[in-house]
Amino acid sequence: MTISHDAHTVKQFDTQLANLRNLVLEMGGLVEDQIKNAVKSLDDEDLTLAREVIARDQIINGLQVKIDEDSITLIALRQPVGGDLRLIMSLSKAVTDLERIGDEAEKIARMTIKTYDVVSSPPSAKLLRDVTPMAKLAADMLHGCLDALARLDVEMAVDVARGDDNLDQEFQSALRRLITYMMEDPRTIGHAINVLFIIKALERIGDHAKNIAEYIIYLVKGKDVRHVSMEVLEKDAMAE
Amino acid sequence: MNTTTIEAKAALGGALNPEAREIPLSSAQITDYDHRQTVGKITVDHPKMLCREVNVYYGVKHALKQVSLDIGANEVIAFIGPSGCGKSTFLRCLNRMNDTIPLCRVTGQIQLDADNIYDKSIDVVQLRARVGMVFQKPNPFPKSIYENVAYGPRIHGMVNGKAELDDLVRASLERAGLIKEVEKRMDEPGTSLSGGQQQRLCIARAIAVNPEVILMDEPCSALDPIATAKIEELIDELRENYTIVIVTHSMQQAARVSQRTAYFHLGDLIEIGETDQIFTNPKHKLTEDYITGRFG
Repeated sequence: MTISHDAHTVKQFDTQLANLRNLVLEMGGLVEDQIKNAVKSLDDEDLTLAREVIARDQIINGLQVKIDEDSITLIALRQPVGGDLRLIMSLSKAVTDLERIGDEAEKIARMTIKTYDVVSSPPSAKLLRDVTPMAKLAADMLHGCLDALARLDVEMAVDVARGDDNLDQEFQSALRRLITYMMEDPRTIGHAINVLFIIKALERIGDHAKNIAEYIIYLVKGKDVRHVSMEVLEKDAMAE
Repeated sequence: MNTTTIEAKAALGGALNPEAREIPLSSAQITDYDHRQTVGKITVDHPKMLCREVNVYYGVKHALKQVSLDIGANEVIAFIGPSGCGKSTFLRCLNRMNDTIPLCRVTGQIQLDADNIYDKSIDVVQLRARVGMVFQKPNPFPKSIYENVAYGPRIHGMVNGKAELDDLVRASLERAGLIKEVEKRMDEPGTSLSGGQQQRLCIARAIAVNPEVILMDEPCSALDPIATAKIEELIDELRENYTIVIVTHSMQQAARVSQRTAYFHLGDLIEIGETDQIFTNPKHKLTEDYITGRFG
């Protein structure tokens, strides 16, 4: 494997590749804010913020389209190969996952509105207790993979991939707790289902972040580590 | 006759350069090389040609350094690299076209099947019938289309009588995908054809002597994209019956037509591997820099 950091003979190509990567990172930053604000809207019972999150999803969708267009133009004009090709393909795939993460954030904001925009009493704190720690895990994973993408840092990408197991376990325990509450008191079922959608969204964010981490490993190492065990992923990522 | 047609004749074994002479082969003479290790697998399961520690010197210039690789039967292998990297030099070793260059010295071992092609017992004329060549610039002989193709079989005494020769000429033109365009004008000069047609005529001429290996030295660099596409399609068809070695400056072409690719740099074979791998995930930084356009 090799990824070259030297400049291209055609300098314009370097500029275009750098612009593409910067756009993806910019989109990543927006998506991070969306998660943060969606969870904050739930914590603070802030419906205005929740509506803002929903509205801002359009900006992220627009960026996805723009980045895809730019990628296609680059492929058509430059016929990239080797590391350049892996970069463009990885960015293009990462963008799909970022857009989905944006959708999950929007989903959380919608659940906030559904939870607090009703005449019935708000959910008890214990129903929501798993949301904050899970949101932190998911946001950390996304932050980690954006950092890894900016620095082309494989070790950091491996850390993100590792984090997904953690988040999945959190989801399973949270789910068990929700089921217990629902069995204890069927009146909580309505709220519990909303919370279930929220923690499922957070769990999905972790999956998308893991996908992005895998693209980064492919981009840097040339090894496709999708659908392999964590041991194989680590071995491939650290191979020379 | 200009130099390119003399070269073409030599490629068919027609007119050897008087300066051609025996090539010293003792590898004990090699002392002054300082070469890079090749990355990738040089061997294949069914080699047609086997090259080991091949060095080429033009006078004192060490143009090719310790190149070892196999050329697989019925494969298309592409040699890529910047100008002066030794890829054409190496190609020309494979049918001893370098014999025609004064001061050129080749050491090492090159085998075609079991025969060492630089062995004293090898008849160079026969060798060049077995290892044919197509050049960068289409170089038909200043003869009719028919005679261009008939020349090789005739000098090699491959046919008995006119009817057999007619069949062979037709079959060769057919294989080269040219027959439909020329069957009604066989007596017109080869040079009256378009560039792309001329190149396919040269391919027909090369395959008329029933070679086992065809060497192509940038066969499309003088052609337009449509003629290029026809030659590339032809290369893919020819692979069924022949082994093809192609030198090309177009990396997209190497990627399209070949199964294996070898990257040369300043006389060294830097990397060799499956074409897919070379173009998506090259192992050597020099290969990556070259294919992604990071040189100079």
